[in-house]
Amino acid sequence: MADHGTNHGTHHRTHGQINRLSGGQIDRNKPLSFTFDGKTFQGYHGDTLASALLANGVRLMGRSFKYHRPRGPLTAGSEEPNAIVALRSGAYQEPNTRATTAELFDGLEATSQNRWPSLAFDAMAINDRFSNFLTAGFYYKTFMWPAAFWEKIYEPIIRKAAGLGALTGSADPDVYDKGFRHCDLLVVGAGPSGLMAARTAAEAGFEVIIADEDFRFGGRLNSEHEFIGDQAGADWAASQVAHLGTFSNVRVMSRTTVIGTFDHGIYGAVERVTDHLRTSAEGQPRQILWRIYAKHTVLCAGATERPIAFNNNDRPGVMLAGAMRSYANRWGVSAARDAVIFTSNDDGHRTAADLHRQGVAIAAVVDTRADAPSAHEYAVIAGTTVTDTRGRLGLNAVQVTDATGHSRWLKAGSLGVSGGWNPNVHLTSHQGARPVWNDALNAFVPSPSLPPHMSVAGAAAGMLSTHGALHSGVDAACKALEIDPRTLPALPKADDRPVTQSAFWCVQGSERAWLDQQNDVTVKDVKLSHQEGFRAVEHLKRYTTLGMATDQGKTSNMGGLAVMAELTGQPIADVGTTMFRPPYTPTAIGVLAGRSRGKDFHPVRLTPSHYWAKERGAVFVEVGNWLRAQWFPIEGETHWRQSVDREVLATRSSVGVCDCTTLGKIDVQGTDAAVFLNKVYCNGFAKLAVGRTRYGLMLREDGIAMDDGTAARLAEDHFVVTTTTANAGKVYQHMEFVRQCLCPDLDVQLISTTESWAQYAIAGPNARALLQKVVDAEFDISNDAFPFMACGAITVCGGLRARLFRISFSGELAFELAVPARYGDAMMRRLMDEGEEFNVTPYGTEALGVMRIEKGHAAGNELNGTTTAQNLGLGRMVSKAKDSIGSKLSERVGLNTEDGLRLVGLRPLNPKDKITAGGHVMSAEGPVNAAHDQGYVTSAAYSPTLGNMIGLAFIKSGSERIGDRMRLVSPLTKTSVEVEVVSPHFVDPEGERQRA
Amino acid sequence: MHDLTPITAFGLAEPTVFVTQSCQLAERPRIALASVAARLGVDEACRAVITDLLRADAPDPAAWLASDIYSAFWMGPDQWMFSADFPDVEDIVARLKTSFGETASITEQTDGWVSFDLTGEVEAVLELVCSVDMRTRSAGYASRVSIHHTGCFLLIEASDRVRVYAPRASAGSVFHGISQAMTSAAAR
Amino acid sequence: MIINHPLLGPRDSAEFTYLGDASLLNRPDPDTATPKDWHDYAYLRDNPAGLHRELWFHEGGDRSWLVVTRNTVTHEITKVELARDVARGLASDVAGMGTKRSGG
Repeated sequence: MADHGTNHGTHHRTHGQINRLSGGQIDRNKPLSFTFDGKTFQGYHGDTLASALLANGVRLMGRSFKYHRPRGPLTAGSEEPNAIVALRSGAYQEPNTRATTAELFDGLEATSQNRWPSLAFDAMAINDRFSNFLTAGFYYKTFMWPAAFWEKIYEPIIRKAAGLGALTGSADPDVYDKGFRHCDLLVVGAGPSGLMAARTAAEAGFEVIIADEDFRFGGRLNSEHEFIGDQAGADWAASQVAHLGTFSNVRVMSRTTVIGTFDHGIYGAVERVTDHLRTSAEGQPRQILWRIYAKHTVLCAGATERPIAFNNNDRPGVMLAGAMRSYANRWGVSAARDAVIFTSNDDGHRTAADLHRQGVAIAAVVDTRADAPSAHEYAVIAGTTVTDTRGRLGLNAVQVTDATGHSRWLKAGSLGVSGGWNPNVHLTSHQGARPVWNDALNAFVPSPSLPPHMSVAGAAAGMLSTHGALHSGVDAACKALEIDPRTLPALPKADDRPVTQSAFWCVQGSERAWLDQQNDVTVKDVKLSHQEGFRAVEHLKRYTTLGMATDQGKTSNMGGLAVMAELTGQPIADVGTTMFRPPYTPTAIGVLAGRSRGKDFHPVRLTPSHYWAKERGAVFVEVGNWLRAQWFPIEGETHWRQSVDREVLATRSSVGVCDCTTLGKIDVQGTDAAVFLNKVYCNGFAKLAVGRTRYGLMLREDGIAMDDGTAARLAEDHFVVTTTTANAGKVYQHMEFVRQCLCPDLDVQLISTTESWAQYAIAGPNARALLQKVVDAEFDISNDAFPFMACGAITVCGGLRARLFRISFSGELAFELAVPARYGDAMMRRLMDEGEEFNVTPYGTEALGVMRIEKGHAAGNELNGTTTAQNLGLGRMVSKAKDSIGSKLSERVGLNTEDGLRLVGLRPLNPKDKITAGGHVMSAEGPVNAAHDQGYVTSAAYSPTLGNMIGLAFIKSGSERIGDRMRLVSPLTKTSVEVEVVSPHFVDPEGERQRA
Repeated sequence: MHDLTPITAFGLAEPTVFVTQSCQLAERPRIALASVAARLGVDEACRAVITDLLRADAPDPAAWLASDIYSAFWMGPDQWMFSADFPDVEDIVARLKTSFGETASITEQTDGWVSFDLTGEVEAVLELVCSVDMRTRSAGYASRVSIHHTGCFLLIEASDRVRVYAPRASAGSVFHGISQAMTSAAAR
Repeated sequence: MIINHPLLGPRDSAEFTYLGDASLLNRPDPDTATPKDWHDYAYLRDNPAGLHRELWFHEGGDRSWLVVTRNTVTHEITKVELARDVARGLASDVAGMGTKRSGG
C-alpha cells in the first residue's frame, strides 16, 4: 500500500518534479495536472497542493498578511499559517484555503494571494522595510485622528494592503447540506488511538462514527517510518480502516472536520464531499454540516508540532520538522535536496534519520541540548542554536551559533524546526474548560473537567508514543462504553520510546523572529506589548493579534505565551492560555447556511386560493411565512393604488372577497371551554350563546394587549378561536401555557386547525345575495335568522360541509365562509362565477388594511406590545366581574391616567396632505420636541371612500380632543402637516352596515 | 352531492410524485385525519374506546399502530391523531364522535395535513432533513419532527418506508426540502 | 442542549422554545393577592448562577410545557417535569387557588 511504484523509469512523469523522492502513499500511476498562478505542474493522486508544489521545487506559496514577506508551507496539515491560496476560478473561487490540506485533482487551479503584481515581486513588500512603524498596536496608535478619516481613508488603505484573499463578489454556486447523525461513540481523529477506540467499540456492537479531517486515515502513522506489529504504520492503519468498513454499525467519515463541541454531546462536523473533485454531480452538495448526537466521545485529535522562534525563521523552506517527515514519508517529497534540522528534543532526530534514508543530505542537526544524541550518518551539533537565515524568496543558508557566541553559516535549502508537540486540546475547551499545564511534557493538556461524556486519548491526551496511543484508545472506548478490557485481544507491538520535551521556545537575542506567521507577530511585538502594559494573555492577544488569524494560533500561541512568561518572570502555567472556540478550522459560511438561502431561506405557506390568485395575476406579499395576495391588478392599472382603490370601492359598493385563511384558528373543546376562554380573554365568554361569535381581546399578564380575534361558539363545549396571522403560533403557545400551567384542572383541549379550513371574507352590501347563491337552501342566512355575529355549521354547493361566521373587519355587511381546504380553490372560483352579476371583486391585504383603517379596527400596528385596552378605546371590555390573564395589572394607576394615550383618527386639513405612519403629533402651536410630544400615528392609508389620507393615532387624552387641530410632524422626512383629531371610525361609525 | 372539485396542496388534480434512483416520495391523497383528545377525568374510558377501535392499547408516546380500519399515533399527553382510508374522508369526525361520545374531543384534521410516503433508502435522505435516528428507531415510531423549518409528523412503517404528514399550507416547501435531500443522497 | 423529556426521552433543545423562570406557575390568587404580589409575579425574576427552574415549551414535539431544572453555569439539566404535573401539585398545595373541578 505504502509504496506505489518507487521511481520506475517507464511511466516516469516526474518531469519537473525535481524534489520528488521515492515511496509515499501517492499513486504514481495517476499523474495529475494542475496550475499555480497560471503555470502548469504535475503531481500525483494522493498529493496535496502543497506536496505537489514542493515536489516541483516551488517553496514560495504566499505573502504574509502585514509585511508581505515571502512564505512557504510551515506545516503539512490544517494548522498551516502560511501557504494560503485561492482555489478554482470564477464564481467557484474560494480564497484563503490551505495548500497543505487541499487534495490535488486533475485540473485544479490555484492562485496565490496578497501580492501585486506577482508572488515573486510584490510591491507591498515595502511594508517589510517599514516594520518599525507597523509594530503591535499600530492601528490603535496611528489612526486615532481625525475620526472621520477612519472609514473613508485609513480602512480602505489598510484593507487593500493587509489581508488575505478576496471574495469573488458572485453568489456561491455550490449547494450545501445539513444533516443529523447519532451514535454511541464518536471518535474524533483516525490516528492510532482513534482507530483503536473505534475498533474496540465496533467489535462490541456499538454505533460508532469515526471522523477525520484528512482524506486518508491513519494520522501520524502515514507520516512516520515505524512499525505496528510487523506492518508498516501506514499499512496497519489501512488494514484497520478496511476492518472498520466491514461493520454495519460503523460510519467512517473521512474529509470530515469536527469543528465544535456543544452541550450534552452535540458536535458540529463539516464533511467536504466534492472539494477533491473537479466537478460535482447535479444536486450533489459541496459540503455537509453534520450535527452529531454522541452518547460518548473520544477525542483523538493528535498533537501539533511547535516551532522555535529565531530571526528570519519565516523564509520559504523553513518548516516544522514533523511536517518535513510527512512530506518525505507520506508524499515522497522534500522541500530541497539538503536540510538542516533545528531541534530541542529527540523528535527532530527522527526527521533527520527519515530524510537521510530518503536521500536528502543532512547538513547538520542543530540541537539546543548539550547532551544531544549523536548520529553516524550526519553531524549533530549539540548545545547550539539557529540564529538567523538567508535567502530572499527561499532559504539558502542557516546561521548557527554555539554557546560561546561563535557563529557560522551552513548552506541548505530547507530547515526543519522541532520544539516539541502540543496536544490538540481545542475541542475539550469549547465549553469553557481551560487546558492545564503539564510540567513533564512542557505543554498544555486537556483540563480534567472535560465536557460530559468526553474522554481524550493518544497524543491529544499527552500520550506521545504510538504504543501509548493504541492503549489509550482502547482504554477510552472501554471506559466510555463499559466494555470489559479482559475480553479484548492483545495489542500489536508498537514504538514505546519514552518521550521528553524541553521548554525551548525562543532563541536568545531574537527580535524579528516570527511567533505568529499568519498575523506577522514577532518576538519584538510581544516585548512591546509587555513594555506597554498589555501583559495579561487576553490583552497580549488583542494588542498584538497573536493567534487571531484563521489558524487560531495553532502553531503560535504557545510561543507567544512563553515569551510573555519569560518577560514577566512567571511560569507559563500562571500566564495561562487563551480560550479555543469553534470552529476548529476555518469553515465556509455556505455550509453554515445549508439550504437556507435565497427563496429557500424559510418555508413558504400558501393559501388555499393561491393558485387561483396567481392565475388572476395577483401581486403577493410575505406575511410571516405566508404568501398573501396584496392586490389584484386588472388591465390598464399601472399603479398599485389604482388597484387598491378600486378593490375598496367595489367592496363597499357591492361585494368583495378576500382570503383570510391565514388568521390563526384554534379549536377549543371541553366542558370547561367557556371557563377557559374567560381566563384567556379579558372580556366575558361564559354567557355567549351557542351559534354566536364574540370579539375577544387577550392581555398579557402585565395588562398590555397581546392579541385580538373572535371566538365562535359552535356548541356548549366547542369554540373556534381566531388569532391575528402574525400571532397565531404565539397565542396557541400562550393558551397552552394557561391550560397546562395555570388551569391544569380544567377540562379543555386545544388544537390548531388553521390549515384545515379555507376561509374567505365576503364583504359588501351584496355579500348576502352572493352567499345565498352558494349556501344550500335549508340554511337561512337572512338578517333575522343569521344576524350580525352569528355562526354555524352549514353546507354549500349541494352538500359540502362548511362553517359560516357573520363577522366584519371591513365594517360592511360581511361573512366569513370556511370550507375544507382542498375545496378552497373551487369555492373561490364558484364565488367569482356566481358573483359576476354583482361585479364581485377579489381584494388583497392592502384593501383589507385600508378598509380596517377606515373602520377604525385595531391591528398589529396598534397592538404593538405597548398598548392597553384603555389605549385602544376598549377599556370597558376588561371585565371586573371575573379574573382573567392581565385583568389585575391592567388596573394599575400608571396605565389608567387621565392623560393616557387614546386611539383616535386623524384627517389632514388640506386634503392633499399626507399622513405619515410613525409621525408624531404635536399641539398646533408651540415647540416641536420630545417634551411636547402628544402621541404618534400607528397606521395611515389613502381612503378612496373619503378621498384623502387618514390615519390612526394614539394621542394623550385623545377621546377628549376630537375636533382639535394639531400638527403631525416627522422630522425624519421633514414633514409638518396640520391635522384634525377625529373619531377613529371614519366609515359608518354607528355600525349600521355590518348589521344590515 | 356537491359539485366542487378538490385540488391537492400543489394545485393539481393528481397526487405529486418525485423519484430518484434510490427513493420515491409520493403524495397520498384522501386520507382522513382527526385528532382525539381525552376529556379530563375520563381518560380511562377514552383509552378503552381506543383499544376497541385499534384492538390494542392506545399508542404510547412516540408510537403509532394500526388496525383494519384506523391507525393512530400519539400526538401529546392524552391526545392522538387517527387516520383512516375512507371512501369519503368527510365521515371520520362523525364516526369517531359516535365511538367516543363524551370521552374525547374530536377535531377534523383531514385538510390540515398532506401525507407523503417516502420509500427506498430512506435513512440517507432523512438524515439530511430531520434529526430522527433511523438506526435505533424501528417500525411503530411516530414523532413530530422539523423538516425545512416546518413541524411535520413522521411515522416509521419499516426501515425502508416512512409516512410524513406535512402541514397543508407548507406542503410544497416540505416536499421541496425532502426532494432536494433525495437528490443529494442519490448523488453521494 | 438535550432535554430529557419525561414522556419522549432525550430531545434536542432546538425543538423547544424557552419562556423563563418557572415561578410563572405561581400565579397569585386573584381573590387575595395584593398589588405587590402581582407586581412581583409579573416583573421580578431571580437570575441565579447555578440551578434554575425554567419553562420550556415543546413546540416541535408534543406541545407540553416542561419545568426544566438547569444549571445556568454548566448547562447541566438535573430534572425535567411536565409543567402540568407541577402545576397540579401546586394547586393541591395551595388551598383555594385556581379553578377546581373534580374529574369525570
